[in-house]
Amino acid sequence: MSTAPLSATPARRRPQRAAAGRFAVVPLLLFVAVAFGVPALAMAYGAFTTYNPGKPSQYTMGNLTASLQGGYLDALLGSVKLSALSALISVVAGLLVAQAVVTSRFAFLRKAVLSASGVLANFGGVPLAFAFMATLGNAGMLTTKLHLDQHGWSLYSFNGLTLVYLYFLIPLMVLSVIPSLDGLRRQWREAAQNNGATGWQYWRHVALPVLTPSLLGGFVLLFGSAFAAYATAAAMVGATVPLITLQIATALSGNVDPNATNIALAMSLDMVVIATLVMVVYIPLQRRSARWLV
Amino acid sequence: MAGVTASALTTEGRPAPSTANGSGPAGARGGVLAGLARIRWGRGTVLLVAGLYFLVPIATTLWFTVDNSPQGFSLDAYRQIFTVPGLWPALQLSLLLAVGTIVLVYLLLIPAVVAVRLGSPRLRTVVELTCTLPLVVPTIALTAGISDVLRWCNDNLAPTPFYATFLDAQNANFPVVLLLAYVVMALPLAFRTLDAGMRALDVRTLLEAAQNNGASRARAIVTVILPNLRSAMLNTAFITLALVLGEFTVASILGYVPFAVWIVNGNSAGQGPVTVAVSIVSLLLTWVLLLVLSVGSERRGRAQAQH
Repeated sequence: MSTAPLSATPARRRPQRAAAGRFAVVPLLLFVAVAFGVPALAMAYGAFTTYNPGKPSQYTMGNLTASLQGGYLDALLGSVKLSALSALISVVAGLLVAQAVVTSRFAFLRKAVLSASGVLANFGGVPLAFAFMATLGNAGMLTTKLHLDQHGWSLYSFNGLTLVYLYFLIPLMVLSVIPSLDGLRRQWREAAQNNGATGWQYWRHVALPVLTPSLLGGFVLLFGSAFAAYATAAAMVGATVPLITLQIATALSGNVDPNATNIALAMSLDMVVIATLVMVVYIPLQRRSARWLV
Repeated sequence: MAGVTASALTTEGRPAPSTANGSGPAGARGGVLAGLARIRWGRGTVLLVAGLYFLVPIATTLWFTVDNSPQGFSLDAYRQIFTVPGLWPALQLSLLLAVGTIVLVYLLLIPAVVAVRLGSPRLRTVVELTCTLPLVVPTIALTAGISDVLRWCNDNLAPTPFYATFLDAQNANFPVVLLLAYVVMALPLAFRTLDAGMRALDVRTLLEAAQNNGASRARAIVTVILPNLRSAMLNTAFITLALVLGEFTVASILGYVPFAVWIVNGNSAGQGPVTVAVSIVSLLLTWVLLLVLSVGSERRGRAQAQH
């Protein structure tokens, strides 16, 4: 009998608390609904409709079809190709750098590389473009000193852009793979060696399978950030390399044809679909890599 | 020896294994000279190439800004930073937006993060999902959506009293539109940072202790929880500041001229060296900021571990 009131008190308190908690979340949800939800829905709606000021908009698939044709399709494919290539190179290079750091005896090296990576991974945008233009652009220091232009080098091309993207993708990969490399237990390697495995066999049959989810997850993450990048490319190449972000910007600021805006919205929707796919692949991989590497 | 290094280099073509080879005790105990040579070469090459790749662009950019051919060395580009037209208004706008973004992020996220820590797992899922959603919509797509909303408002709100509000929101001196976009863009990282800081605290116990001592709930949160959250809040502020200072996409497409947009415009308007100098200075400042941040949080972490 005496336990009943005791257990009833917390039970009565808890819903109250939860309610107070929920109220604290309301401003955030409202804000996201307005500042993010409205533009996102407007984008989705605009992608499927026509726009004529003063007239009701009509449903159409024309924008989406147009966004997957001709120059727009080239831009989408260009973005996918650039992101995939630069992400792939960054995964390999990032793994090599991370491994070199993790196995190093110098604690200082590890600390320096980690801090530098944290900084460089955020170093997208305009300054990055300028740094590479000053270095490898048409009048860049290295271009003129080494006469690279005579060998057919141009920064303002697909390859040039790939080289620039590596600058923020490799640090991102280093940051995301170092925890996994730390999680590879020494005992696994010793066990493999005791069983007569060579270093290559250890990597082929033990380390890489364990690392695969985090490597794939890293690839997907890098792909996503390269795919969404705009500022660097805009400051650097203008529109000489077809990329979907550049196409959207051109269509939006063109201001000539109201239809162009709706095609830009359709292209944005294409991007959202791809970015969503990226997240859908990334999250389970993240969980899986967390399972082995506690 | 040459043969050994050569073979080491050929295996180096394959990723990672050879670099890792000697790190295990067995490799070292084996005492094979080849093994030792291999590690050094592998790791050394990787780090050297990476170091060159990451340092050369910075070094040559600095060189570019002080090399005023034909006279040679000159600091003109840096001197012009103080006189070049347009830079200060642009920087002012960026800083103003940064402060606004940070304040709004705090106001929205801190109560939410506290609530998530105290509330049910379902609440956490909802908030986590809400804060992750912006990652699915790339910045440029968000910008397209915003400009679509603005177009619709422009065409439909003119006869209504809301039109004045709508114009205010686009005021070039303090564009609320940009502020909203920046808060959305800052949410994912800010939530993670604040949530991680909150996870390190035993919020429930702290709150109960404060309330047992007679503090109201709000007061307990302000005087007990927030001071403990200081380093996470500082992290969030720095990250948000870096984001807003460097932001180019939304601002340039919507036609505003904060810092990053000014740099690009100035560069194409023929003020090459100054804009490169400004961008390198902004870059170095951001780096110092982030480095101070990472060193500071490490030191605090160590201090806490000692207690």
